[in-house]
Amino acid sequence: MSQGTVTPGTPAPAAAKAPPPKLRKPIESGVPDPMQYMHPIMRKNYGNWAWHERPRPGVLRHVAKSGDEIFTVRAGTQRQMDVGTIRKLCDIADTYGEGHVRFTTRSNIEYMVGSFEKVPKLIEVLTKEGFPVGGTGNSVSMISHTQGWLHCDIPGTDASGVVKSLMDMLHKEFIQEDMPNRVRITTSCCQINCGGQGDISINVQYTKPPKIDHEKVGNVCERPSVVARCPVAAIRPAMVNGKPSLEVDEKKCVCCGACYPPCPPMQINSAESTKLAIWVGGKHSNARSKPTFHKLVVANLPNNPPRWPEVEEVVRKILYAYKEDAKDWERMGEWIDRIGWPQFFEKTGLAFTKHHLDTWVGARHTMNMSAHVRF
Amino acid sequence: MSDAKKDDVVKATTAKTRTPNRPTPKLDELESGPWPSFVTGLKRLRDSEQNGAMMNDLLGQLEHSYTERLGYWKGGTVSVFGYGGGIIPRFSEVADKFPESKEFHTLRVMPPAGFHYDTNVLRKMCDIWERHGSGLIAFHGQSGDIMFQGTTTAGCQKAFDEFNEIGFDLGGAGPALRTSMSCVGHARCEMSNYDEARALRTILNDNVGEIHRPALPYKFKFKFSGCPNDCVNAIHRADFAVIGTWRDDMKVDQEEVKAYVEQVGRKYVIDHVIAMCPTRALSLNDDNTLEVENKSCVRCMHCINVMHKALAPGDDKGASIMIGGKRSLKVGDLMGTMIVPFMKLETDEDYAKLKAFARQVIDFFAENALEHERIGETLDRIGLPAFIDALGIQPDPNMVKHPRTSSYVRTDDFTDEAEKYFARKGAHKDGSAKEAAE
Repeated sequence: MSQGTVTPGTPAPAAAKAPPPKLRKPIESGVPDPMQYMHPIMRKNYGNWAWHERPRPGVLRHVAKSGDEIFTVRAGTQRQMDVGTIRKLCDIADTYGEGHVRFTTRSNIEYMVGSFEKVPKLIEVLTKEGFPVGGTGNSVSMISHTQGWLHCDIPGTDASGVVKSLMDMLHKEFIQEDMPNRVRITTSCCQINCGGQGDISINVQYTKPPKIDHEKVGNVCERPSVVARCPVAAIRPAMVNGKPSLEVDEKKCVCCGACYPPCPPMQINSAESTKLAIWVGGKHSNARSKPTFHKLVVANLPNNPPRWPEVEEVVRKILYAYKEDAKDWERMGEWIDRIGWPQFFEKTGLAFTKHHLDTWVGARHTMNMSAHVRF
Repeated sequence: MSDAKKDDVVKATTAKTRTPNRPTPKLDELESGPWPSFVTGLKRLRDSEQNGAMMNDLLGQLEHSYTERLGYWKGGTVSVFGYGGGIIPRFSEVADKFPESKEFHTLRVMPPAGFHYDTNVLRKMCDIWERHGSGLIAFHGQSGDIMFQGTTTAGCQKAFDEFNEIGFDLGGAGPALRTSMSCVGHARCEMSNYDEARALRTILNDNVGEIHRPALPYKFKFKFSGCPNDCVNAIHRADFAVIGTWRDDMKVDQEEVKAYVEQVGRKYVIDHVIAMCPTRALSLNDDNTLEVENKSCVRCMHCINVMHKALAPGDDKGASIMIGGKRSLKVGDLMGTMIVPFMKLETDEDYAKLKAFARQVIDFFAENALEHERIGETLDRIGLPAFIDALGIQPDPNMVKHPRTSSYVRTDDFTDEAEKYFARKGAHKDGSAKEAAE
């Protein structure tokens, strides 16, 4: 273990011969003040904006009560950026913008400038350098993105690859505003669902109970807390081959993977059994209908790197059925509310199965408790 | 800087003697297509002097994952002096094959509220991370952190010291107060109902100890959206969601309404604005002006979103607070639940009140939640009546979709509770109107 690093649980070294390294005390400065980095026009008109419009996809014009204006050019990034990419984005801001940028919650970069004259050149340069300009209004914005194989310790797939593959397909829907309403797509590399709720969500779905390495459980896992972690009480302590371990009641197990993070020897992933599922109709905005969670539509898609073509195909079907049929301003879930689930499955050509019938706590509230039916 | 120079020498030497480029046939396929490619970026780092050796093996391990369809990182314990969290340790399980990236830890660093940067500070971050890390940065992680991905155990302290010197601090990890996010809000949006950045910094910076030294039963997240469009997804993802709203009538510029009707036609406005109002609070008059029944309006934002030049939130602004949102693990997804329908957020006193309430909720969580229980689960376990009672909040019909449907409840103090309600409302029992004094 290196100098300058404190590892709880590591005994303090015995009186060393060399003088101990000087440890720098952290400045607990917390969240930085954004004012020091903010574009001066935004700072000046902070809290005093009047209205906005979108002169073209990817461009916003905000007008302040003072009459000041600011133009924003929004462009897509790969989120996982090397310093070369970030420096290139900075060069563009210094040469063609005004040196101030921000990122959206979906990892798009925004360039703010005080006059519209700078906008066309910014669009041209960003496009030429491979950063698509768009993601505003009723477009498909960048997919919210989790970590995956690149860095996570429990992933079933790689978000970066899934997102890159899908955004290649969705590029044209990013650079234009041609959807009924905004479309928010999310990914998650395990069933914890870090990627959140989306109009369309592409999430890992485990299909088999964990495979247990009984040699390791006793040494690696705090067994009572693993038992407590199981949402369906399917895990119990056991002695296996004379060693303390854990066993899983596979009839009860819902294959959620909750035991895997606290106990890595309970391996939930495998090349074959880790699958992808697609969910629709999640929405966090309160506009029109209340916020909703996404609902399962397809499971058991293969985890097929590097481009996950089966996932792409289903996303395409759902997205274009929505685009064709939804009324202006209906989000995915609101469109389905209007046409009903029977028509949704018909229009998308997807199957409705027993696995769509919820069995979790509160499942009855998801059932149709009325005589409203559609044919 | 002598340390940094020493690092440079070590890295350059390693780069010269490193193994040939790892083959990446699968990842190569992710370099084509119109969207920016993370693989091309990883290769740029591989080909650089400073980060080459580590990133060559990182690419090798990632290709290995793409081939075997499995992840190969495990966690551990790494932190910086004085803190207990903020670093996500990653040790490779296939370090025998890819030794140069055997340690690939991430620093979670809290961004300026609203994700504002200038190029000067971004370039400084790049320089620091090139010196002490892999050169790979994500803007931003799902909790809102700047994620400096990939350094050795030794690199964590060096990188942190330099980030800290330029005004940045580590975010949360583990059972701690987590890094927060706020929307662009006051900085550039006319829908904003309070100063989101101020609210975020007021609460988070009042509780830095809870961020840096994990001691809560489980994670706790705040998120701040300036209006019910909730652009940072607070209601799904935050234990404590602060969502802007207003109490008085929304603003209507009738001339702009007429201009909009003129532009898109009466049918479009009726079908897409009037008929889409969730509480039927809108009506289009024969002279193309808009009638709003403000008492029925639920502040959903739809009509304002569509006609944003004509319509706007009112003047009596503040926020609603929803508690208990979270993702799946382990009881299933929970949506934030309305706990404080309106808190005025304007004066210093208002923000002090918000800060005190946030602290009260964190303390309640610390004292009452079970291990590995999110506050939404605590709320479910003890029930909303006990929850609000513990926080000293009075029941309000805005907290429910509808009153209870089950008769299994002991109601022998109902009359007393009703008296309290009338006393709070300052209204007479016979219902004659007398608005609350507050």
